[in-house]
Amino acid sequence: MIQPAQPELVTVFIDGQEIAVPKGTNVIEAARMVGTDVPHYCYHPKLSIAGNCRMCLIELGMPMTDRATREPIMDEATGKQKINWIPRPQIGCGTTVAPGMHVKTQSPMVKECREGVMEFLLINHPLDCPICDQAGECKLQEQATGYGRGYSRFIEQKNVKPKRTRLGPRVTLDDERCVLCSRCIRFTQEVAKDDVLGFVDRGSYSTLTCYPGKELENNYSLNTVDICPVGALTSTDFRFKMRVWFLKQTNSICPESSVGVNTVVWSREGVIYRITPRRNDEVNDTWMPDSGRVLYKEVQAENRLQPTGDPASDLLATATRLLQGGAVAVVGSGRSSLEEQFLTAKLARQLHAATFVVGRTGAGDGILISADRNPNTRGALVTGLISEVPGDLAALGREIDAGKVKTVVSVGEDLSAAGLTAEQLAKVAIVYLGSHANATSAAAQVVFPTLTVFEKSGSFINQQFRLQKFASAVPGLTGATDDRVVLDQLVTAVGGESAGSDLVSVWRELAAGIPGLADLTYAKIPDTGLLLADDTWSQLTFPEGESLHHQPAAAETTA
Amino acid sequence: MPAPAERRIIFKHIDEEGYSNDLACYQKHGGYQVLQKALTARPEDIREDVKKSGLRGRGGAGFSCGLKWSFVDRKSGKPIYLVVNADESEPGTFKDRYIIHQDPHQLIEGTMISCFANDVKQAYIYIRGEFPEGARILERAIQEARDAGFVGRNICGTDYSCDIFVHRGAGAYICGEETGLIESLEGKRANPRIKPPYFPAVLGLYQCPTIVNNVETLCHVKHILDMGPDEYLKIGTPNNTGTRIFCVSGHVKKPGYYEYACGEITMGQLLYDVCGGPREGREFKAVIPGGSSAKILRFGETFTLKNQDGSERVLKVEDIPLDFDTLAACGTMGGSGGVIVMDDSVNMVEALANINAFYAHESCGQCTPCREGSLWMKKISSRMVHGEAREEDGELIKSVADQIAGRTICAFGEACSWPTQSFVLKFGDEFKAYNEDKKTKSADRLELV
Ligand SMILES: Cc1cc2nc3c(=O)[nH]c(=O)nc-3n(C[C@H](O)[C@H](O)[C@H](O)COP(=O)(O)O)c2cc1C
Ligand code: SF4
Ligand code: SF4
Ligand code: SF4
Ligand code: FES
Repeated sequence: MIQPAQPELVTVFIDGQEIAVPKGTNVIEAARMVGTDVPHYCYHPKLSIAGNCRMCLIELGMPMTDRATREPIMDEATGKQKINWIPRPQIGCGTTVAPGMHVKTQSPMVKECREGVMEFLLINHPLDCPICDQAGECKLQEQATGYGRGYSRFIEQKNVKPKRTRLGPRVTLDDERCVLCSRCIRFTQEVAKDDVLGFVDRGSYSTLTCYPGKELENNYSLNTVDICPVGALTSTDFRFKMRVWFLKQTNSICPESSVGVNTVVWSREGVIYRITPRRNDEVNDTWMPDSGRVLYKEVQAENRLQPTGDPASDLLATATRLLQGGAVAVVGSGRSSLEEQFLTAKLARQLHAATFVVGRTGAGDGILISADRNPNTRGALVTGLISEVPGDLAALGREIDAGKVKTVVSVGEDLSAAGLTAEQLAKVAIVYLGSHANATSAAAQVVFPTLTVFEKSGSFINQQFRLQKFASAVPGLTGATDDRVVLDQLVTAVGGESAGSDLVSVWRELAAGIPGLADLTYAKIPDTGLLLADDTWSQLTFPEGESLHHQPAAAETTA
Repeated sequence: MPAPAERRIIFKHIDEEGYSNDLACYQKHGGYQVLQKALTARPEDIREDVKKSGLRGRGGAGFSCGLKWSFVDRKSGKPIYLVVNADESEPGTFKDRYIIHQDPHQLIEGTMISCFANDVKQAYIYIRGEFPEGARILERAIQEARDAGFVGRNICGTDYSCDIFVHRGAGAYICGEETGLIESLEGKRANPRIKPPYFPAVLGLYQCPTIVNNVETLCHVKHILDMGPDEYLKIGTPNNTGTRIFCVSGHVKKPGYYEYACGEITMGQLLYDVCGGPREGREFKAVIPGGSSAKILRFGETFTLKNQDGSERVLKVEDIPLDFDTLAACGTMGGSGGVIVMDDSVNMVEALANINAFYAHESCGQCTPCREGSLWMKKISSRMVHGEAREEDGELIKSVADQIAGRTICAFGEACSWPTQSFVLKFGDEFKAYNEDKKTKSADRLELV
C-alpha cells in the first residue's frame, strides 16, 4: 500500500556487466544484484563497516578523464572510455558505488587475494568441523571450498586458545574458531546497545572477551551466535544437540509481541531444535530477542492439554448444548491468528454474543519487543472481533455478576489470569479451546485441546498493520485439533454456515468479507508480509512505543 | 669525495654545552619570535609558504606537508585538531625524543604556528608511552609557554587562543600509525581505521578534521617561516628540501644522530666518513636506510636509475644520495631516518627473525593478512634459527609476505612484509644454506623477543 520512494540510481559495471544500483550501495551488494558472490566475513548488511577480514578484496577502476579539461579519455580500439584500474585491491564492503565504476570480482589478482586470506584464516584454525555446531552453515567451510587452495603450507604449531568460555547465560565461546571479524562486538554496540564485548591481546593472539565483571546477558545475546560466521559463538541451548543439515526450516512469526519478528523454526522429525531470525528489513532486520527463541519449548511442555479420551463428537455435543442455551459471551484472543479471530467473530455473530479480547501489555524494549504482548491485536480489529484496543475483562465480570452471561467461550485465554475471580468462573459454564492447561481449562465444562503456533498455519497483523504469515513447522500433538477446525464446527453446530476451515476457504471468506483484504489469499501474502491500510483505526491509542522500524503514530505527530 | 659539513637546523642546540630545555634559554636563542611574527600573517599565507617550501613529512611516508594541510575539511563547521605524532616507535629511530628532551620549546613553537595556520584551537601531543621523562618535560615546557602567553588564551596578546594537551601513548608500535593514534587518543584500542572513509583530514579525532604530523615535521615549519620558503627551498635538492636527521645504529664505529641537507650526503659518506666506517676487521654487509620497515640494501648491489634527460646512471649502495626520491627509486625509503647498519658478522636469517618477532608482537590483529601473516613469518624464521630450517623456507616466508603487502587496513602490512620480501630477495642464498651454515656458526645465543 505504501510505495517506497524511488532511490537515485548509479550505473556500475560488475565484471563488465552493466547495472543501475541505488546510490550508497557498496560493491558487495551491487555484485549481489547481478548474481555475483563477493565472499566476506566481517561485512554484515545491518552493521557498520569494519573492513577487517579482507576477504572481499576486488579490483576497482574508474573511467579516465583528462585532468585539465575533465573530458573523458577514450580508448581508440574499443571506442569506449578508458578505465584507470587501481593497482591495489580494494575492499568491496567499504567501497560505495560511483557513476561509471568498474569492478573485477574474478580476476587473477582477486583470486589470489582470496586464496591468501583463506590460507591465513585457516593456519591457526582448529580442525573441529566434525564436532563443530557451525558445520554445514559455516562461512569458513563454504569459502574454503569455494576459494581456498586445498592444501596447507603451514607446518608450525597452531595457536592455542580457550575452547569453552562462558560469555553469558546463553552464549558459549570457542576462541580458537574465532576469525576476529568483530561482528559480535559491533552488534552489541550498535544494535543491542550493551557494549560488553571486546578484544584483548594483540595480533594473532587477540581474544574475544567480556568486559571484566560483566556478562553477555542482554535479551539479544543470541544474535551474536547467528551472525558469527564461524562456530566460535555457540548457543548454549543448541550446542552439540543436532547437525544443522538434518533440520527442516519453516518460516514463522514470533508471537512474543506485536512487533511480529520474522523467524525460521528448525525442526527434525517433529521436534523443534531452535528458532532463528529471518531477515525482514521493514520489521526486524536480521535480529530477534532471545526470549522468543525458547518459546518452542511450549510444544512439548508438561502442561500441554491432552485429549480426555471422550470422543470428539461428545465434546462437540456438550459444547453445542451449552451454546444453544443462550447468554453466551465470547472471549477471543490477540494471540489467535487472523483466521481464527475471523471464525471466532463469526461464531459470536451467530450466537449474538458479546465479544471480548484480553489486552496484554508490558514494557517495550525499544528494539524488538513492543508494549503490546499480543502478536495480533490488529487482527482482532480487522476481523471485527473488537472495535477498541483491548483491556481487561472487568466488563465481562460485571455481566457475569449481573447474571447476564451464562456461558463463556474462551479461545486460548485463561480467564482467571485475565482478572475473573473464581466465584465468577463458578457462575458460568466454560467452553475452552487451548493448548495448555490452566485455571480456566480446569474449571471448563468442555475443553478442546488445540495447537501451538508452531503446529498450525495462519497469519498475524503486527503493530505496523503488516499482515505476516506463519506455517506449521511440526505436526500437531496427537488428538489436538486446529483451532480453526473447532471454531468452524462450533459455527455449524449452532446453525451457522461453514465455508470450510482450511486456509484457502477461510481466506475466500476473509477476502469477500473484509474490504482491506479483498483479492488476497493466504498464498499471496509475501514472505516479508504486506502492509495494510490502517486509516480505520487511526483514532485509537495503541500501547506501543517506538521500536526498530516502528514509530507510533502519536510520536510522529509530536515529532 | 669527503662528506659535506653537517647542517644542523632542527638539532642545532642538541647536546650543546649550556643549552637547557627551559623557556628562558629558548628565548635567549630567539625563541618564539617566529610565532609572534606568524601571528601577524594570514593563516592561508602561512599554509602557502609551507606548501611552497616543499616540506615532506618526517614520520615515515614523506608525504607533502603542504598538501596534507590542503586536504583539511575547512567547511564542515567542526573544530579542526592538530595532533603531534611523538610516538617514535619505528625500530632504529631516535630523533624526536632528543627534540623533546633537549629542545621542547622548538616543538611547541612549531606546533603553535601550525595550529594558527590551520585554525586549530586544540592540539595534542601523543607521546610514546615509554617516554615518561619526555612527557614530564613537555608538560613543564607547555606550562612555561602558557604562563608566558605563547600557548593557551590570547596568544601573544592576539585574539587567537589554542591549547596543547600531552597524552601519553598506550605502549604499542601501532599507536604511531595516525588513525590508530587517533583511536588511542579517543581512549580506545589503537586499531587503525579504514580509509576511506576515515581520512584524518575529514573524519579524524572525534570525527572532526584532524592533522597528524611528526615532531620533526612541525619543527621544520618554524624554520620555514623563520627563513622564508625561498631560503628553505635552497636547502637540499628539488622535491627533497630541508634537512634530514639520520639516526645511525649498528655496526659502525660512531653510531649516533647526524643532520644533513637532504640528498647532499651519500650513504657511503655517512657510513664511512661520518660514522667512521665498519668495526675493525669487518666489512659492511647491508643497511636498512629508514627504520626497520624499509627494504634492506645489500652492499655490492647496484641500481640503474633514469636521469631527467632520459639517460641512465648506475649507483652502488655507497653512492645513493640520502633523499626521499632516490631511496624510493632504489626500491626502499628514507622512512623515519633510522639507518641500521649490519656488517659481515650478521646472519641475515637471524636478523630477519629478530625483525619478524617485533612485527608479530606489534600487529594490532585487526585484519587477517597482517595478523596471521606476521605471526606466521615469525614462526617460520624462529623455527629456522632454532635448528629446523628447510631449504624452501626462504621462498615460503617471502610468499607469505607477498600475501600481506597491499591488502591490509594500514601500512603496517607493508611495514611487516617489506623486511621479509627484501631480505629473501637479496640474501636468498643465506636462507637456502642456513642449515649448513649453522653447523659451522652457532646461533645458540640468539634470544628472540
Ligand atoms: C605502523 C606505523 C607506525 C608508525 N609510527 C609512527 C611513529 O612512531 N611516529 C611518526 O611520526 N609517524 C609514524 N607513522 C606514520 C604516521 O602514520 C603518519 O604518517 C605520520 O605521523 C604523519 O606525519 P608526517 O606527515 O609529519 O610525517 C607510522 C605509520 C605506520 C604505518
Ligand atoms: S568454525 Fe567452521 S571451519 Fe571451523 S571448525 Fe567449525 S565448521 Fe569447521
Ligand atoms: S566470535 Fe564470531 S562474530 Fe565474534 S569476532 Fe569471532 S568470529 Fe567474529
Ligand atoms: S595492517 Fe596490521 S596493524 Fe594495520 S590494521 Fe591490519 S592488523 Fe592492524
Ligand atoms: S567483508 Fe571483511 S573486509 Fe570487506
